[in-house]
Amino acid sequence: MESTGIVEKLREEFPDDLLESYEHLGQKAVMVKRDHIVEICRFLRDECNMNHLMCLCGVDNSKRKGPFFERFEVVYQLYSISQKQMFRLRVQVPEHDCSIESITSLWIGANWLERECYDLMGINFNSHPDQRRILTPDDWEGHPLRKEYPLRGDTEWIGYEELKAKSRELGKFDFYDNLSKEKGGHD
Amino acid sequence: MQILILLVQIAILVGVVLLHVAYATYFERKIIGHMQVRMGPMLVGWHGLLQPIADGIKSFFKEDIIPEQADKPLFLAAPIICLVSMMVSLAVLPFAKGWALADINIGLLFIFAMSSLASYGIILAGWASNSKYTLLGGMRSMAQVISYEISLGLSLVGVMMLSGSLNLTQIVEAQGSSFTGMYIFTQPVAFFVFFVAMLAETNRVPFDLPEAETELVSGYCTEYSGMRYAMFFMAEYIGMFVMASIGVVCFLGGWNGPFNVPFFPPIWFILKVYLIMFVFIWIRATLPRYRYDQLMTIGWKLLIPLALGNIFFTGLVKIVIN
Amino acid sequence: MIKATTVDIPVSAGNEDHYRLRMGPQHPATHGVLRVDLDLDGETIMECEPHVGYLHRGFEKLAEHRTYVQNLVLTDRLDYIAAMANNVGYCEAVEKLLKIEVPLRAKYLRTMVCEMARISSHLLWLATHALDIGAMTVFLYCFREREELLELFAELCGARLTTTYTRLGGVRQDVTHSIMMKLVRFVDAFPANIEEYETLIDTNRIWLKRTVNVGTVSARDAVSLCLTGASLRGSGVDYDVRKHFPYAAYDLVDFEIPRGETGDTYARYRCRMEEMRQSNHILRQCIEQMPPGPIIGDDAPDLVMPNKPGRKVEVDTPARQGLIKLVEDRDIFMEGDVYVPTEVPKGELGFYFISDGNGSPYRMHIRSPSFIHIGALKTLAKGAMVADLIAIIGTLDVVLGECDR
Repeated sequence: MESTGIVEKLREEFPDDLLESYEHLGQKAVMVKRDHIVEICRFLRDECNMNHLMCLCGVDNSKRKGPFFERFEVVYQLYSISQKQMFRLRVQVPEHDCSIESITSLWIGANWLERECYDLMGINFNSHPDQRRILTPDDWEGHPLRKEYPLRGDTEWIGYEELKAKSRELGKFDFYDNLSKEKGGHD
Repeated sequence: MQILILLVQIAILVGVVLLHVAYATYFERKIIGHMQVRMGPMLVGWHGLLQPIADGIKSFFKEDIIPEQADKPLFLAAPIICLVSMMVSLAVLPFAKGWALADINIGLLFIFAMSSLASYGIILAGWASNSKYTLLGGMRSMAQVISYEISLGLSLVGVMMLSGSLNLTQIVEAQGSSFTGMYIFTQPVAFFVFFVAMLAETNRVPFDLPEAETELVSGYCTEYSGMRYAMFFMAEYIGMFVMASIGVVCFLGGWNGPFNVPFFPPIWFILKVYLIMFVFIWIRATLPRYRYDQLMTIGWKLLIPLALGNIFFTGLVKIVIN
Repeated sequence: MIKATTVDIPVSAGNEDHYRLRMGPQHPATHGVLRVDLDLDGETIMECEPHVGYLHRGFEKLAEHRTYVQNLVLTDRLDYIAAMANNVGYCEAVEKLLKIEVPLRAKYLRTMVCEMARISSHLLWLATHALDIGAMTVFLYCFREREELLELFAELCGARLTTTYTRLGGVRQDVTHSIMMKLVRFVDAFPANIEEYETLIDTNRIWLKRTVNVGTVSARDAVSLCLTGASLRGSGVDYDVRKHFPYAAYDLVDFEIPRGETGDTYARYRCRMEEMRQSNHILRQCIEQMPPGPIIGDDAPDLVMPNKPGRKVEVDTPARQGLIKLVEDRDIFMEGDVYVPTEVPKGELGFYFISDGNGSPYRMHIRSPSFIHIGALKTLAKGAMVADLIAIIGTLDVVLGECDR
């Protein structure tokens, strides 16, 4: 079965959800609406043998333009181990309702990938069993991979400040004060 | 006057044993080093010969850290309990004919009592440190000691039945000075059970679960540092020495050897002890570690039935011969 | 704002006597800064919650602000045990995106260093895995051979771990005669060394007791957990990126993909041991078939440093003017996205690039196998014992630098 066949099948099954299909550098991709993403993924997994979830990531579209682009995008990279075919799903997520259905019911491994996506991009996954931050600390502010997030911030992370305060309180030797004295500046 | 002589003897024994412990670590590090394609300690002295002394000085001068939340009296007492109980068992060991500090009639029983007491030190250390790893280590140690103490004791009952005594000197004498008289030939099953239980009793690989580094960081002594840590270390090595000595006394004919060495009769005893310690180290370099439940299975389902069977069989043979 | 809370697993009602243990981030067996919160009943794990992120350095964010050439050095810091394989993975992806041709000799060199990295990574895995289970001697035996490989890396590119050996369009340095001779000696000696490790642990009763039927995962579950690499093949799934998407010279050499059946710790261990043999086989073929020719393509964008062997720098040619020129020279970049997987020792390392026609990636996503494997830990460790957890972490072969990115 060819990948184009998969696109045809998808178009047949979900005529309203399929926005666009294209091929770039030999890799096939479709852009779909977010409403039936779980059904589409289940269809691809069960009917088209796309059983391996290679990659799931979020993209911030705010600095590029395209026909169907919303603010965010979730990219699912699927692969059929038996048929050696790769297929990409791109799902647009608008900024005002920044959420999409979770596919953890289909792939257990999607759990952490979606958590990462939430942590770094701020996309909410509905009915995700355990949506918490994963790579950044629990009290981190902002979502680092959004385009408006600065590469270098001007304030320290609140946890670091707390840690310094605690170490001042407990330690006999004030490392940070001495450090700044040596430098002749202030921290 | 007698007391003074005894005190001098005790001082000599403790001194010699501590030195022995220091060099047992060197022995172990060198052997393991060569088994693992490396050299072991090489820098301090000729081929690292002064390394144990340097280690001793280092641990003596290290900062003694006591965790804030620890149960202080118990935390301080635990290594001492461990070390003292191990050292006390040295008193009854006959290094040669007449070379025992206290040649008491319940020598074997005394050593069992003391080695069980040493495990109190470990359990208390695990409890008093108020840390999760140490508690797990202490619990493991408790379970391990209880299970293996039984098989250790039962394995020696056969020896007691053959020699008719609990006195260590008499056990050696009962084996006679001939090679074939050694109880390892008449009690091979007991020796096997004893050997395995001995490894477990001294927390050696493959039964080093109470201090399994990759699981429990350092087990019961995670929170200890400096001299107190060194005390646990010394206790462990003295324990190894004591257990190896019992093995030699009960199964390998004690101080008897192919010929008598003038002026220094314990030579054969010491050589045999070092043979057993070498096997300890050899095993450490070769085997992986058992899991907790597997350890229990071996203790209860293999060693204890074997030891009991051995006692029954020994008794039966004894009745038939008599 | 959320207050900083210590995230412990909540103990469910009725189970208040459970023991909660926080293993890591400083722990001898968690291979870096992995933290695992355990809920124990005795020593049986009732709940296991891995926490990652202690080594998060924001590579994906950084990459958006650096050029494609600059991002290459970031990949060294992903899986620092097999940096060569990451370099190759990154370059393969960017070359596909920018349509850069790689000469044949460079392809072979890449295959060669990839397999060297695989062997050295597997050696480190075996060393630590065996040490975790308590077999101490294997650890030092493995380091003996790994040392030889690292020395070869140092001779090849000047660094033992952070290699940055590949370049977009080729590789940095050609191999010398001395390197090849040493490699031949290594390849000849290595199969005997594998047998030496196997003598120590392969049929050891304690090793078998500790690994057989521990952390078993069925083929179906392994796919559902998105496992890749030897962790997936241990369950019997035939998926290796080197066969499915042949990159570098993998379609020109002959090798087999070892597979397990049972999907337990022992099967994964056997898989990796066989993979080392296969890697050695590939290395031998690379040495024999190594074609002559250039090691970097003509259309390769160049670094500022002009010391590419066998090529003069022609400053007037736009594509070769160096880094600064590369950024300005926009016509080789075009819009689009591409996902390129490669088989690194840990599993499938994928790079997903979105280009908006600029000199640096619009979005770079790294699909790191370690991250996904640690995510699977929760499922695998349930109902096992503490000692099993250590064996499972060891057998999943995770590197936290890659996991946290």
